[in-house]
Amino acid sequence: MSGRVLVGVKRVIDYAVKIRVKPDHTGVVTDGVKHSMNPFCEIAVEEAVKLKEKKLIKEVVAVSCGPQQSQETIRTALAMGADRGIHVEVSGKDYDSLGPLQVSKILAALAKKEEAQLIILGKQAIDDDCNQTGQMTAALLDWPQGTFASEVSLEAEKIKVVREIDGGLETIKINTPAVLTADLRLNTPRYATLPNIMKAKKKKIANVKPADLGVDLTSRLEVLRVDEPPQREAGVKVETVEDLVAKLKDTGKI
Amino acid sequence: MFPASRYSCKAHRCIRTLTTLQTDHVVPQLYTHVHRRACSSLSTPRITTHYTIHPRDKDPRWQDIEMERFADEADVVIVGGGPAGLSAAIRLKQLANQHQKELRVCLVEKASQLGAHTLSGACLEPSALTELFPDWKERGAPLNTPVTDDVFSIFTEKHRIPVPILPGLPMRNHGNYIVRLGNLVRWLGEQAEELGVELYPGYAASEVLFHEDRSVKGIATNDVGIAKDGSPKDVFERGMELHAKVTLFGEGCHGHLAKQLYKQFNLRENCEPQTYAIGLKELWVIDEKKWRPGRAEHSVGWPLDRHTYGGSFLYHLNEGEPMVALGFVVGLDYSNPYLSPFKEFQRWKHHPFVESTLEGGQRIAYGARALNEGGFQSIPKLTFPGGLLIGCSPGFMNVPKIKGTHTAMKSGILAAEALFPKVTAENLDSETAGLHVPEYSDNLKTSSVWKELRSVRNIRPSFHNPLGLYGGMVYTGIFYWILRGKEPWTLKHCGIDANQLKPAKDCTPIEYPKPDGKISFDLLSSVALSGTNHEGDQPPHLTLKDDSVPVARNLAIYDGPEQRFCPAGVYEYVPVETGDGMRLQINAQNCVHCKTCDIKDPSQNINWVVPEGGGGPAYNGM
Repeated sequence: MSGRVLVGVKRVIDYAVKIRVKPDHTGVVTDGVKHSMNPFCEIAVEEAVKLKEKKLIKEVVAVSCGPQQSQETIRTALAMGADRGIHVEVSGKDYDSLGPLQVSKILAALAKKEEAQLIILGKQAIDDDCNQTGQMTAALLDWPQGTFASEVSLEAEKIKVVREIDGGLETIKINTPAVLTADLRLNTPRYATLPNIMKAKKKKIANVKPADLGVDLTSRLEVLRVDEPPQREAGVKVETVEDLVAKLKDTGKI
Repeated sequence: MFPASRYSCKAHRCIRTLTTLQTDHVVPQLYTHVHRRACSSLSTPRITTHYTIHPRDKDPRWQDIEMERFADEADVVIVGGGPAGLSAAIRLKQLANQHQKELRVCLVEKASQLGAHTLSGACLEPSALTELFPDWKERGAPLNTPVTDDVFSIFTEKHRIPVPILPGLPMRNHGNYIVRLGNLVRWLGEQAEELGVELYPGYAASEVLFHEDRSVKGIATNDVGIAKDGSPKDVFERGMELHAKVTLFGEGCHGHLAKQLYKQFNLRENCEPQTYAIGLKELWVIDEKKWRPGRAEHSVGWPLDRHTYGGSFLYHLNEGEPMVALGFVVGLDYSNPYLSPFKEFQRWKHHPFVESTLEGGQRIAYGARALNEGGFQSIPKLTFPGGLLIGCSPGFMNVPKIKGTHTAMKSGILAAEALFPKVTAENLDSETAGLHVPEYSDNLKTSSVWKELRSVRNIRPSFHNPLGLYGGMVYTGIFYWILRGKEPWTLKHCGIDANQLKPAKDCTPIEYPKPDGKISFDLLSSVALSGTNHEGDQPPHLTLKDDSVPVARNLAIYDGPEQRFCPAGVYEYVPVETGDGMRLQINAQNCVHCKTCDIKDPSQNINWVVPEGGGGPAYNGM
């Protein structure tokens, strides 16, 4: 299989940062907060670059949907070994309401436009934990999907995927073209070192608008309010079962 | 009873010898020989695995690893993306554009983004910024809070004595702005990028490179992919070399490369050793009713005694939300090893004057950093073949004003102006491969920075008198306010901070109140708010020259002061798994890069080196 791989990368708030809800409860504070590439997206990029190094695919294209700063995330992917980038510009209110449905529509349109043979995504983003984009993209394209991949091998015109599932590991063989989503144990991403960052500055990042791809960004969801999770209350110890039943009745639980 | 009594007679004797040698700060050298002879039976678990302590050329695990580095050339390389480094970069590009010359300026910064490792009060004097950008307001520089109100108090446990801030006193802030320095640094970064400076955040300068003639050739960035035990991982990659005609070192207070340069070029032979303080800071969103935008409050006194230098700040910002920036500074020349700067900060917040402002508010950020207190007397030689020192690294802080940003920026500007003609000259006759720019130092000596620092040089040392704080305030009142620092004498400091600790047995433990979770907090939840993190599988970057010293000396004599002065809970003495005794556990992932441990370790055994770039705190507008 010699062809083009599309890798989706998302710019998210860094996992070690303590997030804060905005005073107007419409979302979380993102201004000035440290962001980085979604860890599962890093794994996806690494897998694509590994496939290219094994000469199993020809070109790796990194895609990100978001505001101007998403270009930094694409640059990191380029520094890791992607050949070129596509920045789908979405900002302001559109970006606040951007979710898996719109992103999968964008990726499906790009896959057709770029004639991609494979789409590799992270299994989920650490900010919304949706775990939907890969699956929706496959459905829109009517392609097979290998999700939660912990091992990927290309065999002739098929792909063998070992999937991490609740019961253990499941091995499947799917046809190409296909969508894969990366799980934690798929690989260890390489560092984006400084010489590669400098070289990445010369690689191209194309700018595309969702409208150019014929994608409508209206969301089917409306966020009403964002709140912090309730503070964890101290537990109460009771002496007997009768006390327990009484307490449960008191607090209206039964 | 003292852990030392559990040791053998031989160990006891050697420890006693050491306590008598205590005052000589060459001790660590002598100490290791004596210690190894007498205490070889004590097995110390291996703590330090970093290659700066265990070189890789002798390590069999590194035998077949490719160690060549990719190298690139620039005209000027700047280490550190803080106010000084960015001001120098901006000024260089402004001059290059003005004279239509090509100039490649590369700046490396260990934080993942500019401003993420920046922490300061801060009340900014806009003088240097105006010099850099006379139109800073139109460009949108985040100076949104002019100071409208200066309040100074001496705190007692329950009350406060107001002190009038008359014009002429160093703490008067008329004309200054309360800023979130991290945001200003970010903005400076945007201006720099627009001017064509190559910014590389996330890459730490870990090594200074030298030409054959020993002049500075440039720097090398950190290697990545070394495992915690010091062995190479699959993803190991060498750092990169950046060569330059001149390298500017703007690492901030107590930079680790500057530490090496002082030794290499003997830059400190004619100045006093630097002395420091630790500053801890929090950001709070408070009840709107308590919010007084533009108000700058400072206090001295409680909870510190009159012989421990320190004080607090509380600034009301005016950026939309009712936010205050508050913090506490403790001089690192304190003598009681039981003192915990973090706990002093937490208990200070319970003073009625402060608690009333914070009541009903929410804490949203925490951080800490060491700052310079040496002032004029501690400024080292600033130039050497191939390089210059700028900003808080050599140290231009005006201590009584507690302002160092404007002087740091000015030093960056002066450095750029001094080296520009040399670095763009067509046929420069240089004695050394790396350019030497002594003009920077000469110009600094005739600048406002020098005058300013000279006039306040005696205020901090005047604190060392029997009346402590009050003696210092009287001195300031007479000699600074009236005579403007023109007195002919220059008071000395008391030596390095690490030597000021008294043995634990001679001091009283301090009873700190428990945090209440509303105004005061515990250490670990505070560290979580700093957003700090490091790649876990890397050698601890807090390296020990000798792994056995912490238990044998720091714990034995000083009851392990590092577990108290570290504002991030990096150092913990825990019981060993089997048998008796304690061991030092280094939680390197918590480190907030404040440098206090490197400064205050009484054995001077801790050497802070830079971890993998991108790690460290994630401050946002601190």
